[in-house]
Amino acid sequence: MKGYNFAYLDEQTKRMIRRALLKAVAIPGHQVPFGSREMPLPYGWGTGGIQVTASILGTDDVLKVIDQGADDTTNAVSIRRFFARTAGVRTTTSTADATVIQTRHRIPEKQLRDDQIIVYQVPQPEPLFRLEPSRIESRRMHSLADYGLMHVKLYEDIARFGQISISYDYPVMVNQRYLMSPSPIPAFDNPKMDMMPALQLFGAGREKRIYAIPPWTEVRSLDFEDHPFRRINARRPCGLCGATDAYLDEVVVDDHGGRLFVCSDTDHCAERRAAGHVGTDGMREAAE
Amino acid sequence: MSEETLLSARGLSLSYGAIQALMQVDVDLWPGEVLAVVGESGSGKTTLLNVLSGRLAPDAGAVWYRDPAGHLHDVHAMPAPALRTLHRSDWGFVHQDPKQNLRMNVTAGGNVGERLMAQGARHYGDIREQAIDWLTQVEIDADRVDDMPRTFSGGMLQRLQIARTLVTHPRLVFMDEPTGALDVSVQARLLDLIRSLVTRLKIAAVLVTHDIGVARLLAHRIMVMQRGRVVETGLTDQVLDDPQHPYTQLLVSSVLQA
Amino acid sequence: MAYVTVKGGEQAIDNAHAWLAEERRGDRRIPSVSLEQIAGQLGRAVDRAMGEGSLYDRELAALAVKQAQGDLIEAAFLLRAYRTTLPRFAHSEPVDTAAMRIQRRISAVFKDLPGGQVLGPTYDYTHRLLDFGLTSTDDEPRASEGTEELSQMPRVPDILGHEGLIEPDIKGDAEPGDLTREPLTFPASRDVRLQALARGDEGFLLALGYSTQRGYGGTHPFAGEVRMGEVSVEIEPPELGFAIDIGDITVTECQMVNQFKGSKTTPPQFTRGYGLVFGFSERKAMAVALVDRAMRAGELGEEVTAPAQNVEFVLYHSDNIEATGFVEHLKLPHYVDFQSELQNVRRMQTEVARARESVEAAE
Repeated sequence: MKGYNFAYLDEQTKRMIRRALLKAVAIPGHQVPFGSREMPLPYGWGTGGIQVTASILGTDDVLKVIDQGADDTTNAVSIRRFFARTAGVRTTTSTADATVIQTRHRIPEKQLRDDQIIVYQVPQPEPLFRLEPSRIESRRMHSLADYGLMHVKLYEDIARFGQISISYDYPVMVNQRYLMSPSPIPAFDNPKMDMMPALQLFGAGREKRIYAIPPWTEVRSLDFEDHPFRRINARRPCGLCGATDAYLDEVVVDDHGGRLFVCSDTDHCAERRAAGHVGTDGMREAAE
Repeated sequence: MSEETLLSARGLSLSYGAIQALMQVDVDLWPGEVLAVVGESGSGKTTLLNVLSGRLAPDAGAVWYRDPAGHLHDVHAMPAPALRTLHRSDWGFVHQDPKQNLRMNVTAGGNVGERLMAQGARHYGDIREQAIDWLTQVEIDADRVDDMPRTFSGGMLQRLQIARTLVTHPRLVFMDEPTGALDVSVQARLLDLIRSLVTRLKIAAVLVTHDIGVARLLAHRIMVMQRGRVVETGLTDQVLDDPQHPYTQLLVSSVLQA
Repeated sequence: MAYVTVKGGEQAIDNAHAWLAEERRGDRRIPSVSLEQIAGQLGRAVDRAMGEGSLYDRELAALAVKQAQGDLIEAAFLLRAYRTTLPRFAHSEPVDTAAMRIQRRISAVFKDLPGGQVLGPTYDYTHRLLDFGLTSTDDEPRASEGTEELSQMPRVPDILGHEGLIEPDIKGDAEPGDLTREPLTFPASRDVRLQALARGDEGFLLALGYSTQRGYGGTHPFAGEVRMGEVSVEIEPPELGFAIDIGDITVTECQMVNQFKGSKTTPPQFTRGYGLVFGFSERKAMAVALVDRAMRAGELGEEVTAPAQNVEFVLYHSDNIEATGFVEHLKLPHYVDFQSELQNVRRMQTEVARARESVEAAE
């Protein structure tokens, strides 16, 4: 793309972001402020993730971009195109082939390797924000590891609903020190973060914060001993490929309440089908 | 400083511009004893409480606290996290207005359990059981455990604050006019409760009050303050029955016998 | 009917872009609007795009306004994104508004003052009657030009300052903060707050300023002075060692004179609220000055009770690029998270039903 630097950002800005990333990796789960720039995409649409990816991409990288687990959702398409134009890197829909995966709200089903980096788009980096809107206050809580407020919220959930009612963006404790928002991934995905071999980077552009989980780091979802964290999933297999342990999207197929449940991770589903797995609902791929 | 005191202060002074709120105040508090600080408004008693508890820094003087292991700590030289921890475990602070120390959008059980959770308690059932136990001890019906404080009366709110404060078995509690905001009829019951809890749990307390009757009921020793200075100190009954300082005499004589 | 997996996101986006371009161009029998027309005749739109876009360039702003079909927040966004790519090669000296080439200068606190009340090209005294004469694009009659020179125009706060009646201006050698480079942190110093306000949303700041006048953190403001005109932008290149003029910009400056404050050591003095905005943006400059003063409540020892006085609240919500991004991001797919919530609610309903059944069975 003429007139723009590789991956859009100038080298000084990338350096500034990489310094923030290094600091973040050194303090797992801690939010590092950074001088987020206005990007050609709006705040709230992945500018943090884009800035992180732009700062770590090299000419040999292979980039996968997903939104809600799918490569083909409009925003994933838009971001992938952005990097194709500004960096000219190879892009892919295959999780196995990617070196950098930028994601919004899901972790791929396939286990990631230690030569991969996953970049999460984060709308709200502060796990305490609903309980304490003032950043001055929440910053103090983090610095003093004073997270009683969050535990009180979980207690209240159990008192009111008999269970913890958080289903996505479920707060985690990283490396036994920092309370962190994993971004709005479903609680189903939380266990994947624990001791993940890949490097996990988190970018919040609008809120101007970066954080990270180094490879092989302990990540524990908050719970009580007698109300342990459990994954919630639809108790049925994918209608297309029959997978029983993947996160499923619910699709409304007709006016009479007809429902179909299919893998949210489109690459995972396609791979399974290519290998011959079939779900209970016969399917046809639409011609492109 | 004596070997056995729990809390001691020497030479505390503090001024707000031209106003001397505290002038050369010394305090000693022994384990398990209740010290009442009495005086009219403007006497400096609340300022003293805030300085003793580390919430306000004096212009001169120091406050020392002896921890359970016997080590002395300069309260105003402690790092903020340590002081914060102290306030959540060994120490307690009961405000005149209970809403200042309660989360109004959290259930009674959650309010009482918070300090336990802040200390690392992670068993919901246990936390809830302890909360219910404490509610009972402060004479709040156990089945109010899931109710919101906004449905509680003033007296109940104060008792809830006390439960929330005592749940971690503090050794030292600071109380700022604990019955000040309540109806006279409710006060008596609350005072009885405080007295029995403090005695049973062997809690030391610094109790600020303008009400001599409260001091007489709850305190072992009394300290009388006037315009920032301590004018008289001693055993409560002795000071109140035989006041030496003219100001104390004035205070005592102006109390209407109930 | 077998389910057909959805494809074609890329094509959908391309089609959307194409349709948007059609919308923007409009009826092709009508000439495309030129940047000169926008910059020349829709100057207030251009001013707002520059102010909130944090970039002074009338032509670029006109382009942004055209590309955004007149949506000024979209135009400001375009300018901000473009700004990110521009190299920065110098810092200017602070502009000297005392030396402004005045087009408009009024004061509400003095009936007359050195330099006089210069009304300038203001809407203030117009009657808001739609002028149907403007329906045609025929040329309009010219106004005659005056010949009198404008005299010295000292700033009103400086006049008050000579008598010690108003708190002194902040003097300092510290580097001002820069929100375009560094993230906002608290406590936020006044320079950072003013920068945030200068690029903040006019509507939001207008509402907050208005709220202070209605009792939400009032400061008894008076419009000490509003002045609008051209100021020189100077830089001092290190090779030269002296400042050179690189161009002019038009700015609007508002100084509010507010509730006096005193203490045991300082006599009562009026306090200041300040606003400086690109272009002819009087409403915004005045709103900024009101909110600036409100946010100083804490440092002036006043009770902080109102939204306009809550620095965190004002600064975190004044940037309309951030705001629109996040509000509009709700349009992005959220079906994965929604699915989790659906499952949650379904499960809780099942348990409630089960509990009710077992209660009924027991009876």
